[in-house]
Amino acid sequence: MSKQSKAVSLISGGLDSMLATKVIMEQGVHVEGINFFTGFCVEGHTHAIRQKDKAKPKRNNSLWVAEQLGIKLHIIDVIEEYKDVLINPKHGYGANLNPCLDCKIFMVNKAKQWIEENDFDFIITGEVMGQRPMSQRKETMPVVAKESGADERLLRPLCAKNLPATLPEREGWVNRDELYDFSGRSRKPQMALAEQYGFVDYAQPAGGCCFLTDESYSKKLVDLWETRGHKEYTLDDVMLLKVGRHIRPKANFKLVVAREEGEGRFLQGYKKDFISMNCTSHSGPLVLLDGTLSDDDLHLAAQITARYGQGRDAELVDVKIQNTDGAEKIIQVKPLLANEIPQEWFV
Amino acid sequence: MSRQVLDAKRLLCPLPVIRTQDKVKQLLVGDQLQVICTDPGVMQDIPAWCRINGHKVVKTHTDEYEYIITLEVGE
Repeated sequence: MSKQSKAVSLISGGLDSMLATKVIMEQGVHVEGINFFTGFCVEGHTHAIRQKDKAKPKRNNSLWVAEQLGIKLHIIDVIEEYKDVLINPKHGYGANLNPCLDCKIFMVNKAKQWIEENDFDFIITGEVMGQRPMSQRKETMPVVAKESGADERLLRPLCAKNLPATLPEREGWVNRDELYDFSGRSRKPQMALAEQYGFVDYAQPAGGCCFLTDESYSKKLVDLWETRGHKEYTLDDVMLLKVGRHIRPKANFKLVVAREEGEGRFLQGYKKDFISMNCTSHSGPLVLLDGTLSDDDLHLAAQITARYGQGRDAELVDVKIQNTDGAEKIIQVKPLLANEIPQEWFV
Repeated sequence: MSRQVLDAKRLLCPLPVIRTQDKVKQLLVGDQLQVICTDPGVMQDIPAWCRINGHKVVKTHTDEYEYIITLEVGE
């Protein structure tokens, strides 16, 4: 009896990787899933933080897909290694700070390392030729295979018939005739295949699964790099860019203003890392201060903090300043008027 | 059988799952792990991770803003 071949599938949580995995499972291949956490994955973060999103389901789609398929899922933390991909993308960025092609090469390379360590035979992705403008084009598909080092062990079941036969097809581990020739941006073939498999509930494609494709998020990251003078970041930086209203009155500091209760609670966890402010004479949001501030800067920050509280129309508002060591002081300030906060201060 | 506690507070999904996954690798079948989190998403994700990887959720508990899951390591 021939040995059952084994594949690892890159599971994003979306429909394409779910279908690609199912296609190969149907051929009797043992498949396990792999999912990489870069720090920029959209999965649930803002839902978990924001009170207004409490009604939305908070499931992790990659775990949910794995459960639907009945396969194991290995979630790998690649936060540190991913920094080099984002900071120095060989193939450049997309419309925002999304290094999609380098990202795909990186993930397939990590999957290649994983199959070598775990004695698996090949890698599956849900890529469809022409589906994405940067990473899923006819010209870039061989680039991903080559530069990741996966070469002929990379199989794209949904568009395999548009590509030369790979090792799993030539060795007979999978039957090429039962693979697909999807191409282009239309989702109709995937939806038809989903129906065939009985997949009714699946994540809808809506702006990608990565914060780096988001214009507003990318602007905040560029602002962070420019004001610090270098392109480094920590996981906390990445998380905080997803939360609150970011206001930079001067190059040396910015405010992160909670927009609602859930964000305020999340920012509470950072009070040992940042100076924080909140109104005490009126209700108002928690504000974190990122940077080095003079007394004048603290006064200005307090005026902005007061602007976002219930005392915005009061003559004077008490604002508590808490240092990272817990030391507190209260100052009285006149809240800024709406027209005293220039639009260019908003990051 | 050992009982261990994992502090995953302040971490957002999927990091609590990743930390749980890494901790479970160091444990033996039958050991219990209590995971303390602040991301409500873990109430879905850690049980889902347990189901697909053959571990058992023994208890889930919410304490104001903390979400506590106790699991038993499976085969």
